[in-house]
Amino acid sequence: MFARVFVRFAALVLAVLAANLAYAGDPDPKDWPSVLAEAQGQTVYWYAWGGAENINDYISWVGERVKADYGVNLEQVKVSETASVVTRVLSEKQAGRTDGGAVDLVWINGENFKAMKDAGLLLSSPWSTDLPNHALTDFENKPVLGRDFTEPVDGLESPWGTAQFTFYYDSASLPEPPRTLDALQGYIHAHPGRFTYAAPPNFIGTTFLKQVLLGLVDDRSVLSRPVGQADFDAVTAPLWAWLADVTPDLWRSGALYAADTTQLKTLLADDEIDIAMTFNPGEASSAIADGTLPDTVRSFVLDYGSIGNAHFVAIPFDANAKAGAMVVANFLLSPEAQARKADESIWGDPTVLAYQKLDAGGKALFDALPRGAATLGPDQSGAVLNEPDSSWTDALEAEWARRFGAAR
Amino acid sequence: MRLKRNGPAVSEPPAKVTAKATGAPPIYLRFFSWSAIALVFVPALAGTVYMFPMAFGGEGGWLQPFATLFGVPGIWTSILLSLWIGLVATAFSVALTSLFFAAFAQTRAVSVLSGLIRPLLAIPHAAAAFGMLFLVAPSGFLMRLVAPLLGFQHPPDWLLVNDPAGLSLAAGLALKETPFLFFVVLAALPQIDRRLTITAATLGYGRIWGFLLSAFPALYVQIRLPIIAVIAYSTSSVDMAMILGPQLPPVLSVQIPRLMNDPDLSLRMAASAGAIVQLAITALAIGVWLLGERMAISAFRSLSTRGFRLRGDGALRSAILVVSAWTFLVTYLGLGLLLLWSVAASWRFPDLFPSHFTLDGWLSPGSDLISLVWRSVALGIASALIAMIMAVGALELEYRRGRPIAGGGWLSLYLPLLLPQIVFVSGLSFLFLSLGWDANIFAVAAVHLVFVFPYVYLTLAASWHHFDRRYLDIARSLGKPPFMALVEVRLPILLAPLLTACALGFAVSIAQYLPTLLIGAGRLPTLTTEAVALSSGGNRRLIGVYALLQALLPFIAFALAGLGPRFVWRNRLALSGPVREISGRSA
Amino acid sequence: MTGKGLLLDHLCVSLHGQSLFEVTTCVKPGEVLSIMGPSGSGKSTLINAIIGLLPSVFALTGRIELDGMSLIGLPVERRRVGVLFQDPLLFPHFSVGQNIAFGLPRSIKGKARDEAVARLLSAVELEGFAERDPFTLSGGQKARVALLRVLAAEPCALLLDEPFSKLDPALRQSVRDLVFAETRRRELPVLMVTHDRDDAAAAGGGVLHLGEAG
Repeated sequence: MFARVFVRFAALVLAVLAANLAYAGDPDPKDWPSVLAEAQGQTVYWYAWGGAENINDYISWVGERVKADYGVNLEQVKVSETASVVTRVLSEKQAGRTDGGAVDLVWINGENFKAMKDAGLLLSSPWSTDLPNHALTDFENKPVLGRDFTEPVDGLESPWGTAQFTFYYDSASLPEPPRTLDALQGYIHAHPGRFTYAAPPNFIGTTFLKQVLLGLVDDRSVLSRPVGQADFDAVTAPLWAWLADVTPDLWRSGALYAADTTQLKTLLADDEIDIAMTFNPGEASSAIADGTLPDTVRSFVLDYGSIGNAHFVAIPFDANAKAGAMVVANFLLSPEAQARKADESIWGDPTVLAYQKLDAGGKALFDALPRGAATLGPDQSGAVLNEPDSSWTDALEAEWARRFGAAR
Repeated sequence: MRLKRNGPAVSEPPAKVTAKATGAPPIYLRFFSWSAIALVFVPALAGTVYMFPMAFGGEGGWLQPFATLFGVPGIWTSILLSLWIGLVATAFSVALTSLFFAAFAQTRAVSVLSGLIRPLLAIPHAAAAFGMLFLVAPSGFLMRLVAPLLGFQHPPDWLLVNDPAGLSLAAGLALKETPFLFFVVLAALPQIDRRLTITAATLGYGRIWGFLLSAFPALYVQIRLPIIAVIAYSTSSVDMAMILGPQLPPVLSVQIPRLMNDPDLSLRMAASAGAIVQLAITALAIGVWLLGERMAISAFRSLSTRGFRLRGDGALRSAILVVSAWTFLVTYLGLGLLLLWSVAASWRFPDLFPSHFTLDGWLSPGSDLISLVWRSVALGIASALIAMIMAVGALELEYRRGRPIAGGGWLSLYLPLLLPQIVFVSGLSFLFLSLGWDANIFAVAAVHLVFVFPYVYLTLAASWHHFDRRYLDIARSLGKPPFMALVEVRLPILLAPLLTACALGFAVSIAQYLPTLLIGAGRLPTLTTEAVALSSGGNRRLIGVYALLQALLPFIAFALAGLGPRFVWRNRLALSGPVREISGRSA
Repeated sequence: MTGKGLLLDHLCVSLHGQSLFEVTTCVKPGEVLSIMGPSGSGKSTLINAIIGLLPSVFALTGRIELDGMSLIGLPVERRRVGVLFQDPLLFPHFSVGQNIAFGLPRSIKGKARDEAVARLLSAVELEGFAERDPFTLSGGQKARVALLRVLAAEPCALLLDEPFSKLDPALRQSVRDLVFAETRRRELPVLMVTHDRDDAAAAGGGVLHLGEAG
């Protein structure tokens, strides 16, 4: 008996020691010069959604810059679903890996962040708040930078951009878009086959479900608590009813959905649908700039506001090039990188920096940014709705799959 | 038999000596004897076997993963779709190929079409699928052609691709598998006695019916194994199904990786269970086919003795020609559309051609073309060269031993063609992960070899066996040891088939999607993985660039393989002339 | 007991315990022994046994000696037995000169090889053919080059496997005369498998009949 207790105790001591040893080996962003030194020559594999050409181009520009400035080699690993990255790191953990993992940096938010955090798949000590450029972020005024889908960030991921759920349409063929849920419902019935969304679990599809749900529930506060504390069926019943009502008049009668935001854009460009949706408020202007969409395209949001969130980058616990990954994350927060990202001719993704914290040079970069005709101004973009608690994501996706995921 | 002695008598009693004139093969060659087993059989089997413990187990009892799997919405539809699509695609390919040869064997149509089809064999499935997508989708080229006639202002809301019944996927598979079977038949045809069909003709039978009655049964026996490989592929394809297949729900082979990508452990175990079900589905499809074969044979027998002649089959023959030619043309049209899309800046419906052009897709840094092409080519060349060296070693050993490679070697070569990729490649990826071998290019190349080696070996074996071994006998009698005879005589004379086998190996490697993705942990993207990853998005310009390059690389490889002997042996007409005696079986 | 020439002593080849033939004979230097017999009588098997190319399914007993040295157990390349088949089988990837040089012993080096090739070619009235593609030669020219190639290796015996059967009658005689003249000049023991009585008569040596009742 005593022997068993002793063995357990010894194992515990060893585990703690091992954890501390591992911890001691991780780069510490408070000592930034040594992080820079360690990062020199490292290759960072950044697993990032690769469905959009302009974002890939932007990432490859980041690669050139971190190579030139810090000697870090950046390789984008283009993924179609971030959940697969979570699985990847989880498999490595289950296979007993503690270092040398495939993933150094991952573009992430929401339920995937929570999944990695809960499973201990992230770098265990807070690091993002100690990045030199973190001081420039607007964490005081943008609560989405501190809580990712209600989950505290806790310094385990570093903000990259913000997003707001936005619709866009061609004003040449649709003079006045439907700005309420009822109007949208009516529009779908009046124009069969001209509206669709992306199939969950694609993030834009899942967000559409949440957006509709937020417009239909009486008490939005239930959504900010874990789904387990709510009567899921009762809360979501109006959503399923709404979807069931419009589905027969969706594009392809709901037998097929778009794959992601890029396909929605293509469908609008092909004039297969009348209204597309995106998480990037600059998407329409950006697409006009590169010739994908006609210059008559405009954006709109629903009258009750639209979901806003932030997206981040995180470092897995077993990352091979942690210092390099931190250098990349810090560079992403530089005024130069943020201003370029916000440029609609490049990408158009809103910044996470606070304008007033920037120096004159930084401010000038943002002042020089034009705002495209298809981008909503601050007065037009309406109220920002908070993401529901991340636990709702899986529940909504599973229920959607059950009801609509096996059409016919 | 007695001898008649005509020479001088010899007095000494004969010493009894038993000798084998050809000495035992040297040790370095024996290394190759198990190459097929080591390269192909072991990985394929290990990957498959590794899936079983993952599929049976977990906290909820050993059948829990299956229970979870069957709880996935639409899973039964997925399973039935896999079965149905695999059988329909195979049946169409087999029927069209058989009817074509019944109607046109020994005519010019065969030689004309085979010239047209040969390049199609090298086109990866993904590229062919994207080409077809751009052609037949509601916003595709065909619809743009007819839009003015039908008065369409925007693409019709029709389920032409990704249809829930999987017809577009079946069509896409048939598009790729028909050329394959076409060449299998072309290779088997010389072994069929021509006089059979002539006899049928003299008995008054129409061309098609006469061929089917007289020559087809013997032909079918020859092409049966390739047909089974087609069933295995069609029931379990991943890349093509992601592009053309139904989505709600997808076929089983697409559903498995989706479940496997889920962080939820129980779903990942369900994916392993799905892999076992996939194995069963493929086996079931093959079983159904063999059963159908039996029924067809008995129906055929009773029909064949009734004396129908079907003399007036001219219209049927024309119809067969049109359908066959279209089946092949679609892929070419698709390639043309890939090219157009790759440079289209703006191409609105219903414009027939892009209104603005751009080279952004080719030049923009995010498309990362140089490193993708470099990695694809490096993997292709490495695996093709290794496969060729191993194949030459194994064939040389066979030649010296005078018998085929080690027991079961023949079957082991076909194993990766008969087992669903999704099953054993998934298993291998888990195995490699636990061994820490994943995400490096050598592991990816090794798994490419599993698919490349059988093709290289089987292609090379034909030329190897046709080689006139008297060239080697002469070289040896002139004092050259076996190794020199191989290097100085056999290999140079077989340069053309060696290069062709290499090019085929290269093409096979280029087309690999699942092994590259899973074994490389996504960190070693190639043109193929990037192109298929885009199938989820809609960036047709990038799809055009990737898929076109993906189709182009094998083309280039085959072109070089064709030009190589002409250049190297430009002063040696027997090896570079229009009538190339590649077998060395000169008269 | 031993002398110059090719000695076959109770040479018996059997397949699965079934004896195909048993031969005892001796071919003296410069002599041509013709072997005749219907197809399937084992003529080619006999040739293969002497060259050392008997497939391992065959069992061989008896003795084969060349110039007093046993050939049994020696690999093909060390037997110094040349062979000519009914097809010239010139290596298609080599020029005429390279074909001949392929046979030359390694002891001849550098320029001497080219000169040896030129000398051999001029002896058969093929001066200046060294660079030619064998594909472009006539049948008679090919036959002559094939002969030069085997002679270049300086064999100690020559086996002819129906070497003239594919030549047209006019050529046949001249090639045959050339071959026999060369083998006589070099004092090679020659064993010739043939169907043609004229060949055997022209050879002027003994005739061994295989596979006939006896």
